[in-house]
Amino acid sequence: MKTALKLLVLLLVPALAGLLWLAWPDLREAPVEQSRAAPADAAQIERGAYLARAGNCVACHTQAGQAPYAGGRPIGTPFGEVFSTNLTPDPETGLGSWTPGEFWRAMHHGRSRDGRLLYPAFPYTSYTRVSRQDSDAIFAYLQSLAPVQAPRREPALRFPYNTQFALRAWRALYFRPGEYRQDTQRTPEWNRGAYLVEGLGHCNACHTARNALGGIELDRNYGGGPIPSLGWEAPPLAPAGPMSDAQAAEMAELLQAGTSRHGVATGPMAEVVLHSLQHLQTTDLAAMVSYIRSLPPVAGAPAPRRPRVSEARRQELMRQGETVYREHCADCHGDRGEGRDYVYPALAGNRILTGASAGNAIRSVLMGGYGPSTATHPQPHGMPSFAQRLTPEEIAAVLTYARGSWGNQATAVSPVEVERR
Amino acid sequence: MKNRHRARWLPALLLACAGAAGAATADPMAERVRACAGCHGEEGRSAAESYAPSIAGKPEGYLLQQLTGFRDGRRSHAVMQQMLAWLSDDYLRDMARYYGTREPAQVPRPPQAAPAVLARGRRLVEQGDAARKLPACAACHGQSLLGLQPAIPGLLNLRAEYLQAQLGAWRSGTRHALAPDCMADIAGRLSGEEIAAITAWIASRELPRDHRPAVRRGQPLPIDCGGVP
Repeated sequence: MKTALKLLVLLLVPALAGLLWLAWPDLREAPVEQSRAAPADAAQIERGAYLARAGNCVACHTQAGQAPYAGGRPIGTPFGEVFSTNLTPDPETGLGSWTPGEFWRAMHHGRSRDGRLLYPAFPYTSYTRVSRQDSDAIFAYLQSLAPVQAPRREPALRFPYNTQFALRAWRALYFRPGEYRQDTQRTPEWNRGAYLVEGLGHCNACHTARNALGGIELDRNYGGGPIPSLGWEAPPLAPAGPMSDAQAAEMAELLQAGTSRHGVATGPMAEVVLHSLQHLQTTDLAAMVSYIRSLPPVAGAPAPRRPRVSEARRQELMRQGETVYREHCADCHGDRGEGRDYVYPALAGNRILTGASAGNAIRSVLMGGYGPSTATHPQPHGMPSFAQRLTPEEIAAVLTYARGSWGNQATAVSPVEVERR
Repeated sequence: MKNRHRARWLPALLLACAGAAGAATADPMAERVRACAGCHGEEGRSAAESYAPSIAGKPEGYLLQQLTGFRDGRRSHAVMQQMLAWLSDDYLRDMARYYGTREPAQVPRPPQAAPAVLARGRRLVEQGDAARKLPACAACHGQSLLGLQPAIPGLLNLRAEYLQAQLGAWRSGTRHALAPDCMADIAGRLSGEEIAAITAWIASRELPRDHRPAVRRGQPLPIDCGGVP
């Protein structure tokens, strides 16, 4: 009898502690305040439009070719697909019957109007730092859009990720509601940048590696990492060493124009520039760069496992790669990888090309691509697709050559890596 | 001696100046669409062995609809989608104008089908099938299949495999035109054999000497097409 009681206590105590741990965030959550919005004025709506740009809401909440903000875009995750929701003020399928308090609760606590927990594909881990005032302005802007009827699409997630219980556990592990606290030791510019990068910008949603459960690994914050569902790798944002003023200015230029003197935004970053960053004020972009350049260096994502290339094989690829480079690449990227200012990116010193993983470089060679059309750079030049013109062996060779020439010192690329893409 | 030296350099200098001036006045779009040339060929004239279609001289409106179609997901092709994903309507319009105003060149392609198949294809292309209310290809794409400005594409100078893949894609729902999607309707009513015959016949036709598409002047179409205003 005593043993049974002991056993019961032994089981019960951890079980209760577990339940408390899971419920704790909810117990601390203040009840949502239900007051209707005070009628928004034009200035608030305009500010909200700007902030919605800074949050790049439109990118995920729009299905290509459909009405903006009406949702329905599939968002791939390692656990299945979720679909973005309708942010237009349609009363039945959108935010038409929401209050500012309910909207703020979604941004701050990651909870829907009916109390359901939201999937963290909606980056409330960052948006939680958005101020109530800014949240209200975004809400006022969204309410000013034309209502579009677009019903919610059920997520296609595998068990157990599709349960509220899994979300509860995930949140207990990886989510704390928070707010941005000014660092009085720093300049107002730095604080503005930190607020944008850590909040609406949700930069670490991609630029920080995630663990097997999709949690952002904060000890590697801004160290870069793979974006598995998109097949791209986000480069580190945290600088490896001190960033010069010229480098900082070029970063701001890239964020605004999509094309800078030496570089071009590609893949998912091109989308961020297109829908969000190009619309931000120069002062806000400068603030973001000011914060980014102050980030402490961190270890990036664990080095990806890649096929080994022997030294003899590397030299063979280098030789072969030089021939391929001269024939297919040098016309645009230059004999010494210097590129052409504002037209074709430089390859010498190119961080995307020389990253630990060659994934982005392989993908760019295979698929090609254009930078984004922006107000400052409306007609960017492009990179052709070589998928049909070069063999995996030739692509591996030319990338080995470019990653190992003109001062670049990155590892060789094996043809096997190219075939896997 | 000095003078002679200078004289010898003069023509070269003049040539260099002319070259520089030529480069300065060259169409900047040529450089901007260089990325396209890898598959679609110089000025949109794709090579005989390339699967990618020749796009030189196609109606501009049609080209623009395809460019926005790839960008917005009406057409699916991984490379085209990645290439165009972040480009503006204005830029795509300029690209369409550039390729629409290039000169096409006939790529030699010997017919690869039996005479009976070609004959069946020809009948469908030129007459359609009245019993099934299937319009003739020529009824919209023009008697000589050169298309009509601004939005009906020419069908000549394309590989049979390419044409076949497009009709197949409409049939299986992976290619869409603006609604109402007349080509989806037509392709959905064709059998695989009919598609093979039609495309074999079209691919066996050569570009006539005057290959410019005529301008459509409000002629009624036999079927409603959202892509043709």
